[in-house]
Amino acid sequence: MITVFGVPIQALLGQLLVGLINGSFYAMLSLGLAIIFGMLRIINFAHGALYMLGAFVGYLMLAHLGIGYWAALVLAPLTVAIFGMVIERLALSRLYRVDPLYGLLFTFGLALVIEGSFRYYFGVSGQPYPTPKALAGGTNLGFMFLPNYRAWVVVASLIVCTATWFLIERTKLGAYLRASTENATLVQAFGVNVPVLLTVTYGIGCALAALAGIMAAPVYQVSPLMGSNIIIVVFAVVVVGGMGSILGAIVTGYALGLVEGLTKVFYPEASNTVIFVIMAIVLLVRPAGLFGRDA
Amino acid sequence: MRGTEKALVALGVLALVVAPFFFYPVFVMSMLCFALFAAAFNLLLGYTGLLSFGHAAFFGGAAYFTAHSVKVWGVPPELGLLIGMAGAALLGLIMGLLAIRRQGIYFAMVTLALSQMFFFFCLQAPFTHGEDGIQGVPRGHLLGFIDLYVPLNMYYFVLAVFLIGVFAIWRIVNSPFGMILRSIRENEPRAISLGYGVGRYKLAAFVMSAALAGLAGGLKSLVFQFATLTDVTWQMSGEVILMTLLGGIGTMVGPIVGAGLVIALQNSLATSQFPVTVVTGAIFMICVLVFRRGIVGEVIAFAKRYGSR
Repeated sequence: MITVFGVPIQALLGQLLVGLINGSFYAMLSLGLAIIFGMLRIINFAHGALYMLGAFVGYLMLAHLGIGYWAALVLAPLTVAIFGMVIERLALSRLYRVDPLYGLLFTFGLALVIEGSFRYYFGVSGQPYPTPKALAGGTNLGFMFLPNYRAWVVVASLIVCTATWFLIERTKLGAYLRASTENATLVQAFGVNVPVLLTVTYGIGCALAALAGIMAAPVYQVSPLMGSNIIIVVFAVVVVGGMGSILGAIVTGYALGLVEGLTKVFYPEASNTVIFVIMAIVLLVRPAGLFGRDA
Repeated sequence: MRGTEKALVALGVLALVVAPFFFYPVFVMSMLCFALFAAAFNLLLGYTGLLSFGHAAFFGGAAYFTAHSVKVWGVPPELGLLIGMAGAALLGLIMGLLAIRRQGIYFAMVTLALSQMFFFFCLQAPFTHGEDGIQGVPRGHLLGFIDLYVPLNMYYFVLAVFLIGVFAIWRIVNSPFGMILRSIRENEPRAISLGYGVGRYKLAAFVMSAALAGLAGGLKSLVFQFATLTDVTWQMSGEVILMTLLGGIGTMVGPIVGAGLVIALQNSLATSQFPVTVVTGAIFMICVLVFRRGIVGEVIAFAKRYGSR
């Protein structure tokens, strides 16, 4: 058997794959957080709850309406995006003029309400979500067994991240968004409807979280607590990457997922904390974050 | 105004002195612990303008330190509290050194992440006994002769610690040092240009706030005679923010009122099936949208308007 530093290569590759999967979710979530923060100057604490909501909408669609995975992949993010846009119109839009900390506190309250309600109705135990038939089973690569669904998650999240990056950096809508981040008043003076742009941005961020959630549903179980466990890690990812850049958020997400996977192989006790340790080191060495522009 | 304030404070203290004859002492004691916790938190948020999302680490951490030192090392309760406080201060120094490197929203996220790291430490460290927590913590004898197992003795001990803690916060806030903290909250670049080493002041405020939160946590472990993981979770950090926000950020009495209300609410919902987090979350949202000054803040604003007319 081939070993690397005394660890069987199969175990190493297996954990690296798990790390890559987690990294995919970190990347999609921190990407959404970065987009929302860039435009709205609000840290969306409800991001974890929206991720959970995406998974649950998918689960409920399957359980009650018989809507399968592929349709849910579109419908769940859409539902959550609409929910998010209503919240933005009704509440968040009133908080743009006050200290950004209030946005954090409001979305924190929102997260508590969403998670509390789901815990009340569904309990804390997870609900299984079947892997779609087309992606069941796995492929033997010779040196390891690769479950098809997991490969799909990695590929799909890469596509989604690239598409979002393209949308923001290379399209006209993206140009409006970036311009509003720099100077909203001026953009409005050119006749762009900035408030609508803000609503749409929040919707896109929410949709990304929900998409991550429905993609995560077959990998993990659908549980009301799945969001609160991941959101703090994603915050650390965002601090490490710096929210200044879209690309930074994506790269940091995948990288930290991989690091976490590696830690599980070589020093399992620290696998929960390794991302926070990296965050502390980055704060000491480069307080603005790896890709951040300002402190 | 000063006369009325003094009268109100005297009335409040009197109410707390007679409270155990009307309410279940443990209930009032838990209110006092959380009130001190919230007041300590407010020293940082209300008077320095730093939102820490990781104060549970100091509260729950100190609860572990005090419980461990009293139970395993057999130290007297007053020394146990000091050990808890010292531990929380040290923890605050480490977290503070890292967190003050970023500002505003990042500061909140960094403190949250660091306290989550501490949570995992508590989950795995042997002395905390993981999910079980430290149970059967002895209350012991205060100064060697006051038996704290007598409910009223314990109550007045807790009340005394609470009053000392709040007095310390009041002294800090109204000292020249407190004035500098407020100037940092109002306008940090200007404080820097006036020649103040803002970083050191922030760190000092962070450590003091952590130490006092630790005092509250240690006290709580003596009251309930256990220390568990609940007190180091991020939900606890959120709870203390809610207490402060509901009562009034940046007011002396606000956090105390907020803590009392939140604990009373949790107590009344504890027996029902209704999930507490939904209610606390909803209060959060309403506070942020409708009255950001909090209950006491609104009352003060109203009194000012009324007084100036």
